[in-house]
Amino acid sequence: MLAFAIRRLLEAAIVMLTVALLAFVLFRFVGDPVNQMVGQDTSLEDRMRLREELGLNDAVIVQFARFVAGAASFDFGISYQMKQPVTAIIAERAPATIELALVAALFAVSLGIPMGVYTGIHRDSWLSRVFLAVSLIGISLPTFLIGIFLIYVFAVKLGVLPSFGRGEVVRFGFWRTGLLTASGLKALILPAITLGLFQMTLVTRLVRAEMLEVLRTDYIKFARARGLSKRAINFGHALKNTLVPVITVIGLQLGAVIAFAIITETVFQWPGMGLMFIQAVQNADIPVMAAYLMLVAFLFVLINFLVDLLYVRVDPRIRIYGRGA
Amino acid sequence: MTFRPLAVVSALVLALAATPAAAKTFRYAFQGDLNALDPYTLNESFTLGALGNVMEGLTKRDKDLKIIPALAERWEVIDPLKWRFYLRKGVKFQGGEDFTADDVIFSLDRMRSPGSQIKTRAPADMKAVKVDDYTVDFVLTSPNPILHAEWDTWYMFSKKWAEANGATQAQAAQASSLNPFALKANGTGPFMIVSHEPGVKTVFKVNPNWWGKPEHNLTDVIFQTIKSDATRVAALLSGDIDMMDPVPVQDIERVKSNPNVTVLTGAELRTIFLNLDSMRDELLYSNVKGKNPFKDARVRKAVYQAIDMEAIHSKVMRGMSTNSALLISPLLYARAGEFKRWPYDIAAAKKLMGEAGYPNGFEVTLDCPNDRYVNDEGICQAVAQMLSRIDIKVKLNAMPKAKFFQKAGPTDKYDSSFNLLGWTPGSFDSWNVIANIIGCRDADGKGGTFNFGGYCNQKIEELGRNILVETDTTKRDAMIAEAFKINHEEAGVLPLHQQALAWGVSKKVEIVQRADNQILFYWVKMQ
Amino acid sequence: MQDAPEQFETPPASLPRTAQQPPARLTPAAAEPSRLRRFLDSDLLHSFLRSKLVVLAAILTTLLVGAAFLAPVIAPHNPYDLKSLSLLDSNLPPMWEQGGEPGYPLGTDDQGRDILSTILYGTRASILIGLASVLLAIAIGLSAGLCAGYAGGRIDALIMRIADVQLTFPAILTALLIDGVAIAIFKTYDLDAAKFGILVVAIGLSFWVQYARTVRGVTLVERNKEYVQAARLIGISPFKIMFQHILPNVLSPVLVIATINLALAIITEATLSFLGVGLPATEPSLGTMIQIGNRYLFSGSWWMVAFPGLTLAVLALAVNLLGDWLRDALNPKLR
Repeated sequence: MLAFAIRRLLEAAIVMLTVALLAFVLFRFVGDPVNQMVGQDTSLEDRMRLREELGLNDAVIVQFARFVAGAASFDFGISYQMKQPVTAIIAERAPATIELALVAALFAVSLGIPMGVYTGIHRDSWLSRVFLAVSLIGISLPTFLIGIFLIYVFAVKLGVLPSFGRGEVVRFGFWRTGLLTASGLKALILPAITLGLFQMTLVTRLVRAEMLEVLRTDYIKFARARGLSKRAINFGHALKNTLVPVITVIGLQLGAVIAFAIITETVFQWPGMGLMFIQAVQNADIPVMAAYLMLVAFLFVLINFLVDLLYVRVDPRIRIYGRGA
Repeated sequence: MTFRPLAVVSALVLALAATPAAAKTFRYAFQGDLNALDPYTLNESFTLGALGNVMEGLTKRDKDLKIIPALAERWEVIDPLKWRFYLRKGVKFQGGEDFTADDVIFSLDRMRSPGSQIKTRAPADMKAVKVDDYTVDFVLTSPNPILHAEWDTWYMFSKKWAEANGATQAQAAQASSLNPFALKANGTGPFMIVSHEPGVKTVFKVNPNWWGKPEHNLTDVIFQTIKSDATRVAALLSGDIDMMDPVPVQDIERVKSNPNVTVLTGAELRTIFLNLDSMRDELLYSNVKGKNPFKDARVRKAVYQAIDMEAIHSKVMRGMSTNSALLISPLLYARAGEFKRWPYDIAAAKKLMGEAGYPNGFEVTLDCPNDRYVNDEGICQAVAQMLSRIDIKVKLNAMPKAKFFQKAGPTDKYDSSFNLLGWTPGSFDSWNVIANIIGCRDADGKGGTFNFGGYCNQKIEELGRNILVETDTTKRDAMIAEAFKINHEEAGVLPLHQQALAWGVSKKVEIVQRADNQILFYWVKMQ
Repeated sequence: MQDAPEQFETPPASLPRTAQQPPARLTPAAAEPSRLRRFLDSDLLHSFLRSKLVVLAAILTTLLVGAAFLAPVIAPHNPYDLKSLSLLDSNLPPMWEQGGEPGYPLGTDDQGRDILSTILYGTRASILIGLASVLLAIAIGLSAGLCAGYAGGRIDALIMRIADVQLTFPAILTALLIDGVAIAIFKTYDLDAAKFGILVVAIGLSFWVQYARTVRGVTLVERNKEYVQAARLIGISPFKIMFQHILPNVLSPVLVIATINLALAIITEATLSFLGVGLPATEPSLGTMIQIGNRYLFSGSWWMVAFPGLTLAVLALAVNLLGDWLRDALNPKLR
């Protein structure tokens, strides 16, 4: 187990180096940061000097090496746009995104799993059809449209929820939480629904699909034959067996949501990392993009490590660490 | 719609008898961010406007953009090479320091430090000489009639405070340490900063020790960025904010129909225009090989006359633009009225194309930003549509601004044959346009850097040099007219329109909309 | 777990029977000989015709796809022909609203394009890109997931770490990278033809990991089951084991993700267009139409977003219903 963790840590380092290298190849194609940094009256000489100072004229490999050298001591430079250390910006923005992502995931799982189980058991009931049709809205309408629609109904028409932002936040060290104030909680509702809808649909349909299969396997039939209660069968046996793909997908989705809640955050002006990232892309803010991609790479390695551990807990037959079968 | 240079709208006749002690918080939102609080590191009008509530320059512009005294009580031009500024006495910075001549000289040095983006505020060879604590001379090497044109946004720093905080230099791009001014501000202005989260939220409160007489009735101000157009509109309609900028042109009617809010519109100074590559010998991204049709003034004029600006005005801009015959706003040039656009005339355009040897047209790619100007991509699509009528097949290549400026600008050596650009002369003066937009450049961009099409006429070059040093206004305006006339006749760079300002404002708020689009809340009154 | 003994093949009465449940079969599922034969088996047709909803979904899909591919024939206008557009006809409401014109049954957009025709043309582009990219993602993801899960060890680690790298780059960055590399490689490339390929590869690449990880998860469970071990013992090639025995077990989650991803791919394409790496703005796809229409939501021009949005919703719904049915019908465990 420990050996497994250490190996994964080493692998993580390699993943992150690869990501950084690819990132610096990529940065040549996102645009010119200099024009966004200077005023229109800045002379051509000053622009060229700035490019030189920023090292934008260096070969990709040189930029990459410089970045790795800095990153080794957690120095990711200063944002071209925000003129602040990137680490500080990320520390500032991360809590907002993490809170939003967790609440959205909670929403998706707590609605998606029961709906999936119900529609799996009562395959042809009208309620199942309603659930499935409703859940499809979450995937067939783009997120930005759903977000704007929710804002229009609940903020403009009904005036019960705020139209944007995070509300009031309470500070604990660097972590600013919106979970402890009324306005913070109210501000969380619409973005969390918007963000969670897609994952909810995915979870519902996956659980349903797996339930349909598991319910027909012989071991469930054995269980029935043994006279176990329906409830125990459905939740104790059947659901547990659906979990491997569901865990995989939820894990991936949670990672994706933390990393790229770009559209939801833009629509609700949620001051998180997705918003920061899309702005960095639009302004070609290389230090922010680079540091951010590092963080995301680490996040995915971590999540996938945890998912692999969970597999073993859910289904002890799985052997991941140690030697391959 | 008609434009006024300035719109002072009193949405309601305000009963301003409200007790001054009552807390009045003005909440506003803009589509862009307020990033660093050091006004020397970003030469951009929204940032400079927001900081203009906190910091002040020697001069300032009034509601009609006229230059008026601020930290300098008055000034005189002793001789064409020497300007004397008399400083206001008894002014204190928000940190408690007195404002003196030393601060002016310090601010000049700081404005010229390597990381500064506002070095063009004063000629590089200008010297500042302290006469006494409250008098400063600026000594020039050549006459400059518009020396103080941009000094309203050259804000004064406190030497003492900057030294104590280690912020004597504007932050350099590659600095490893953070400049304290990125998050703090210390000015002499009517408001001070309480807290600042870059890109999220900035809180201001009134400066009780301000030297002037307040024209506002606010106690606090909250600024927030709202990037998404629809969300910004929704926030205003739901009453979460009191004012926002800009209102998307297509939503103006919807916003106006709400009883609690209104839209303030006015002319903006930015001109939108099309650049045609008239420099390369072979047009890029085209099916014409071995020659460049845009080098022929007849083809450029055909393009000009094939574009139906009335349709763009009414359909794409929804009436929120002023079609322009000039590359500068009529508000900034006295003789603008003498210029008329070439008429929209497909037959004439086709004839010109035939004369130039392209009766069957050709293909070209139009590069266009899609997040920079009001409905920029819509304008480009309309242009593509209209040029198809004279058989110029336009492929549209729309992209975000960072990519656009890299491709069409000097970084990629103007890798574009046809593109759309906008420009506001920072000095509010025509020379800036003549030098930057229609001034000749080489392939690397030396000269008229923002002349993305590379149009060049030596006569304009010569006029430009003379305009720079001419101090007689009438003679100067005549030379400017001549330069603009050449561009008009040759259709060198094609002006389209000036876009308009549109602010969404709660009816509780009385605000001044200045044509430079700075949001100055020291003129805001709230019910 | 042992494969199903025969006597349990008929489910107890308490188990809800479904309309499309075929007659009980006696063969154990995993040992089923030919997948292809099963495909063509009349059971498939049988189950299909017994569900009205599925028939409806199939009709809708056929109609949409058919209409989209016949767009040049049936569309009243050609929205991609700039010469036929007029800005003066822009922003017209549908014909039944005041100010609408019969020439533009569903109204026009901000450039004067007929909404109905643009939907037809745009749906074609969107379906092609959506399908191609999802298929690409499945092809990569399925093979990678099966190999990783079955082989384990170093191969597993390598594939999964590549997946981690891929996950780090969202579709927009992958697209920028591929677009940039493509331009660098094919200096004089034909923009329009290449754009399609770039989009498919970019979207396909950003989606494959989901399949790979899901398939790997299931494969990890299956490879330790007795039937796989038995197959291995009797010398069946790993390739055959993976694709004949393990693959059927992963089809269910893969189909769920695929049908959901189709709509997502169509929307992603619109986002990429905004970044300047998608289809040109003068040739809007379904996703681009929704994105443009979104801007006019508050201004009252609801038709610009409502009709393309509805089209996408119906398409997504129909495809998901078909996907559900296909999964149920193909899955041996559900029989």
